[in-house]
Amino acid sequence: MKFGKTASIFFIFITLVYFLTGIGAKSQKIVRLAGSTAFLPFAEKLAEHYMKTNKDITVDVQGGGSAVGIMVATEGIVDIGMADMLSLPKETDSLEKVVVARDGIAIIVNLGNPLTNLTLNDLTQVFSGKVKEWKEIGVNLSGQIRVISREEGSGTRKSFDQLILKSARLTTDAMFQDSNGTIREAVKSDPNSIGYISIGFLDSTVKAISVNGIVASNENVILDTYKISRPVYFLFKQNPTPETKNFIQFILGKEAQKIIAADGLIPVVKI
Amino acid sequence: MKYYKEIIIEKCIKLVAMSTISILILIIFFIFRQGVPFLVKYGLPNFILGQKWLPQENIFGILPMIIGSLWVTIGALIIGVPIGVACAIYLVEFSGKHTKLFFKPAIELLAGIPSVVYGFIGIMVLAPFIRSNFGGSGLSVLTASIVLGIMILPTIVSISIDALSTVPLSYKEGSIAMGATNWQTIVMVLLPAARSGILAGVILGMGRAIGETMAVIMVTGNSLKIPSSALDSTRTMTSNIALEMGYALGDHRAALFATAVILFIFILLLNIITMTVIKSKKTR
Repeated sequence: MKFGKTASIFFIFITLVYFLTGIGAKSQKIVRLAGSTAFLPFAEKLAEHYMKTNKDITVDVQGGGSAVGIMVATEGIVDIGMADMLSLPKETDSLEKVVVARDGIAIIVNLGNPLTNLTLNDLTQVFSGKVKEWKEIGVNLSGQIRVISREEGSGTRKSFDQLILKSARLTTDAMFQDSNGTIREAVKSDPNSIGYISIGFLDSTVKAISVNGIVASNENVILDTYKISRPVYFLFKQNPTPETKNFIQFILGKEAQKIIAADGLIPVVKI
Repeated sequence: MKYYKEIIIEKCIKLVAMSTISILILIIFFIFRQGVPFLVKYGLPNFILGQKWLPQENIFGILPMIIGSLWVTIGALIIGVPIGVACAIYLVEFSGKHTKLFFKPAIELLAGIPSVVYGFIGIMVLAPFIRSNFGGSGLSVLTASIVLGIMILPTIVSISIDALSTVPLSYKEGSIAMGATNWQTIVMVLLPAARSGILAGVILGMGRAIGETMAVIMVTGNSLKIPSSALDSTRTMTSNIALEMGYALGDHRAALFATAVILFIFILLLNIITMTVIKSKKTR
């Protein structure tokens, strides 16, 4: 009974706060963003930064994934849709597109794995399941290769499929994790596994392997020697509102690009 | 005056009760409206017997996930039910008052732990343990069964305790007076007498196991293959929905709703089967 009372008071409070803030926000100009979960933390940080200097504008950032970002941008539900995939689908033809950052994808293995380098072709073989044992690609490690991939629909997954698997299919033995962090965690604890994560998520608990002899690093992505990377797109309708335009200009500015670079993504403007 | 008050309060309570049911009906309506058109278009047999799930190529078969859900749920029951019932027997029959006062809330506290925490412990502690002792990747049906078995313990224990304590004392006294040992009394008198209550606890536990999502996503590895052993990775229907809903559009999205429809029918069937089992045993 006591719980019920507290709960209802809490509920009413939340509703009140929701309505009050909702009414308060109406007097301000809003720029709405939604999409890519990979870029979400960056967008939130940048929005916060932007709102500090532009007090009359509210930047509202939501996730949902790249596919959702594309959908809401085409339908005009948000001002800017965020998508982080290699090639955008046809629905986006009518939209304006701007690349605001790039993201390298590193191939990672367990620290106990002696592997240091693979060719692109080897990678295709491993991830499509044509090679099943570590010994078959000359790695001194007993047992099967355990491939860990991202779930269907993730921007990282789509880009990875296009770059590595090309026309081949991911092996049916593959396991799936739904974020960079959980893939890293799984690879960290399983000596036989191989997975892929954003370069920004690399740390000392896993080992990133070189591809065709090139180390997976942001520098090499900028130099265009490390080929496994993807762009982060901002999608918006033609003739955007001045607020939207201003925000995109801010994102492409030096200050914002510095923030992007500091947290592990690759800036598109020289800083 | 007092009379009107009564009526108003009665109507209000009725309204509240109705709103609970209407929420249920709304949920069912929404899921079916989104999922059924897809099922009709794609064909129910293709959908539930298909072994491949390739949304990119418009191939939607959820047989691996149906089997995955079944394996994981059965595994959780195999681990959770004996422990849960044994625990309840101990607390009702053998433990002292103080032990009971400590144990019962402690077990119920298990229910308050968020499932993501269970998943985290599963992936950090249990998975490496299983990998190094049994082989496989560690993210497997077995790991999920153990984690879920622990998660359904509080439900099974507390409902079994209630069922066992409501067995009239005279049953026990009669059995002991006939010369039965304590153990014989428990197995032959108490457990059969409390059977329907214990089964109710098992059904509720099963419902929780089959519906659990977060912990399962973290510890099963989510592979799309039909598991051939308890050490294989698998994907359940709930994990499939949660993993892909964030990105899915069009047919893919509809297919996920259709998965929810199948899951719903599944849980309904399981409940009906267990209910009839309980009833038929009661009348015998």
